[in-house]
Formats: sequence, C-alpha cells, structure tokens
Amino acid sequence: MPQETAAPTLVVGGVHKRFPDGTAALGGVDLRVAPGEFVSVVGPSGCGKSTLLRIVSGLSEASEGAVEVRTDEVGYVFQDPTLLPWRTVQANVELFAELRGLAIDERRRRASEAIKLVGLSDFASHRPRALSGGMRMRVSLARSLTLQPELFLFDEPFGSLDEITRERLNDELLQLYLTRRFAALFVTHSVTEAVFLSSRVVVLSGRPGRTSGSFEVPFEYPRSPRLRFAPEFSRIASQVSGRLRAVEDDHGPHAAAAG
Amino acid sequence: MDVDASPTDLTNEATDRIVPVRSGPARSGAGRWLSSWVPPFVVFLAVIGLWYAVSYLLLTQDRRFLVPPPHWVVQVGFLDWFNLQELLDALLLSARVAFLGLGIAIVVGVTLAVAMSQARWVERSLYPYAVILQTIPILALVPMFGFWFGFGLTSRVLVCVLIALFPIIANTFFGLQSVNQEQHDLFTLHGAGRLTRLRKLQFPAALPSIFTGLRISAGLSVIGAIVGDFFFKQGEPGIGILIDLYRARLQSEQLFAAVVLSSLLGVVVFWFFGFLARRVVGGWHESARDPAQ
Repeated sequence: MPQETAAPTLVVGGVHKRFPDGTAALGGVDLRVAPGEFVSVVGPSGCGKSTLLRIVSGLSEASEGAVEVRTDEVGYVFQDPTLLPWRTVQANVELFAELRGLAIDERRRRASEAIKLVGLSDFASHRPRALSGGMRMRVSLARSLTLQPELFLFDEPFGSLDEITRERLNDELLQLYLTRRFAALFVTHSVTEAVFLSSRVVVLSGRPGRTSGSFEVPFEYPRSPRLRFAPEFSRIASQVSGRLRAVEDDHGPHAAAAG
Repeated sequence: MDVDASPTDLTNEATDRIVPVRSGPARSGAGRWLSSWVPPFVVFLAVIGLWYAVSYLLLTQDRRFLVPPPHWVVQVGFLDWFNLQELLDALLLSARVAFLGLGIAIVVGVTLAVAMSQARWVERSLYPYAVILQTIPILALVPMFGFWFGFGLTSRVLVCVLIALFPIIANTFFGLQSVNQEQHDLFTLHGAGRLTRLRKLQFPAALPSIFTGLRISAGLSVIGAIVGDFFFKQGEPGIGILIDLYRARLQSEQLFAAVVLSSLLGVVVFWFFGFLARRVVGGWHESARDPAQ
C-alpha cells in the first residue's frame, strides 16, 4: 500500500560504503520507502544488503551519500533471533521497552500484547531453548513490536528456517503488517518471499551493491497464501530472478532504475 | 483401529511379535538412578579391593603400615573420637583458609575481569600478568609470603588467593567477551549504556563460564590451603600440618584418614559449585547440565 504522496519514511540517496580495509560494500544505493510501504531488497550474496540495513539503522555510517529516516522508532530484526537465553519469552519481549526505560506495568502490557499477536501466549514463561526456530523468530518479532516502530528493518529474518515454516511466517508477518501498518525494508535471498511480501522489490547488483532495478508488485493486501501459485505472481518472480541472474553474471547492467 | 480391523488384519500377529527392547531415553527414575550410581559404586568397590590386596598380599605384616587396610583407617581415623576430633578441627581450619582465599579470589578476579572487559587498555596492561600469574610456580613464592606476612593466617590465605585467581579472571573475562555482535547491536540500537550492557547482557552471558572458573578455583583453593599448611606451621594446625605430622610419626592410619578427609573437602566444594551452577544457569545453558558434574 504505497502512499506515494506522503513524505517517505525512509530515503536512501547515493549511499556508498567502503570499509577501512578498502573493500567497497555499497557502490551507490538509492531507494525510498513510503509510510506503510513494504519494500524488499534482493541481491547476490555479499552485495552489501546487511550493510545497507546497518547504515539505515545508524549502527554503521555511510562513506558517501545520505540516509534520511523520518521516524524515531525503527525496529530491526536480525537473521538470528538474538534472544537472551537466560530470559523467558516474556522477559525477552520486554527487553527493548526495558532498555528504553518504560514503566514496568507498561512494558508488561506491551509485551503481553505483542506475544499474543504472534500467537505465543502459552509460551510466555518458557525459555528460548524450549522453542523451535520459527517460534524464536516470532519472539524476536514480538520484541520489536513492543516499541511500535513505524519503520521495520528485516535482515533475512527467515533465512535459516525450513521452507514450510518460512512460508507460514511470511503469512503471519503480512498479518502483522496489516494490523500495525509499519513501513518495511526487508532484505532476503528468496525472490518468492520478496514478491509475496512486498509492494516493491529492489534488486541490488553484486559487490559493491548498487540499485539495479525495481519491480512493482501490484497485488492487493491482504494476500492469500495461494497467491504464490498465481501465474501473475510467477511472472513477476521470474522477472526479478532474471534481473538477479543478470547482475550475478556480469555484476549488473547498472540500470539505475530505483523506485 | 477397530474400524479398519478385518480378518486379514495383521495387527494381532504384529503385536505378538513385539519384544521388549532396551528403551534408552524413556528409562524410569529408579533406572536412571541405578545407572548413574551403580557403575561408580562398582569402581569404588574395586578400588577398596585393590587396596586390601596391596595391604595383605603385597606387604608383609611389618611393612603393612605403608598401606594400612581400609578398616584400620576407618577404625583409627574415623571411629576413634579423639583422633576424629583432631582431624575435623584441622579440616575446619583448612576449609576456612580455603574459603577465605576463594572469596577474595572471586572478588578480585571478577573485578579485574570486568575492568578488562570494559577497556582495551586495561586488558592490554593486565592480562599478560594474569597469564604470568598462572605460569610462575606459586610454590616458589610461598616462602616469601612467610617472610613478609608471617607464618599465620594471612600468608595461608594469600597462597589460596594466588593459586585460585587465574581461572576466575580468565573464565569471567572470556565469558564477558562471549556475547555476539548482534546482541551488542541490539543494545546499541536501544541506547543501552555501558553499565546496562554489563548488567543485562554481558554478565548473565558470562555466568556459565564464571561457574566453570569457580569450580576449578574452588578445587585449587583447597590445594592452596594444604600447601600453605606445609609451609606455615605456626598457629593452629590445618589438615596439611596434620598430614605432615602423621607422616613423620608413621601414624599411617591417621595419615590415610587425613588424606581421605581433605579429598572429601575438595569433592564437596567442587560438587557445591556444580550444584550452584545447575541452580543458576541450568535452566538455559548446557554446560551446567553435564551429569558428570
């Protein structure tokens, strides 16, 4: 649901990143995410997708270019659920609110609500080791939801999960997206996942990554899991795959076609 | 099953063929208890048997005092109230020295490790000396303590501290460093300060490792207390002094009893920290669940 007229939540303009050892990770990334828009980023391995998210979140600085984030609350979901093993699910989900100094009652309330939203109320008192990989990722999502972010950064959150769990979590993520209406920048290896989740897919070239294509995904939300089998879905997915293969083969046609 | 049952159903035949199989994980509580206690008990009996064999088969009567049979040790060392009293008093004294030393080593070791984890320059300045502490023969320093601090409690405790310090520093430090980058990133993203990070992330993450260090150091501090006894013989006798005394007087039953008791002290201390580790981190960390500990 892009709302192109509103001021974008995130603008990334001409971002380059070189590490101190001289390796160039990003070679010119341009993209924007409107409020409530779901944008996915796909690209060959090592093209700097994670670096891009680190720069957007402020964990790392761009060597060149500008990043503008028009919200105070940014959620960041890593590939690893990064739960604290000594804390229960409830205490893990409370962590961010706790670090921000929210009152105990308030953070309990928010955590319980978020845990309920991801369907883990029965497991609130369990420790992460008792949970499956998919459940841990749900806890990680719930933890970020407590701060009600307007922009979510996802760094291949479902990359290490099996196909079935991944699809189920994709469905659930869309449910959450429809409930909370956050803007999202979702980095993934999976073209299917990118097309299924987002209203726009941005393709990055091989290292150093630069914006190398942008594909609109015209399906309305809410999206049915069966959408994955629709001919139109396959057509868009194969377009994205084609571009991805092209940039992998020759490090990109460098079609500066950012959204 | 009834619904699908038919004259050709093989269910019954299959049931007849079911034979009891060894069920590994599904053993009952009593079975588990037996399987964990019987083997070491058998070894214990074997060691006692060997002990008797050495006493009675290998040694002639006039040389039997070198390895007195177990029941002599029990009779003279543990069942004679006067002797037992003497042993327990000495053991208590050594235990006090060991615990005092261990306590100080924990406070100093954890403090140093935390300081090293907080600033690279502290780590660079101190860690080489921590390693040296581990490599120098502490026994060589012991006479100097006597020189400086006299031959009483202070010197004995110092020996324990020095001998127990390194495992605590090393394990605490590596535990504090074990937190992965993404977890640090989470705390950075949410504006956590140094102290919050230490309290809510690094220290809990380090606990399993700290307990490993504690267990090693606890055993070492008991050794330190006995070594201290050998060197500092003034004041009330610790168990080390008694061991030396019994050796000199050829009181081999009491000597063996003293060795058994001091070993027991080591075992109890080791077990206690294992128990504590299971209570504190057993719910979430594998290391504390090792059945051998």
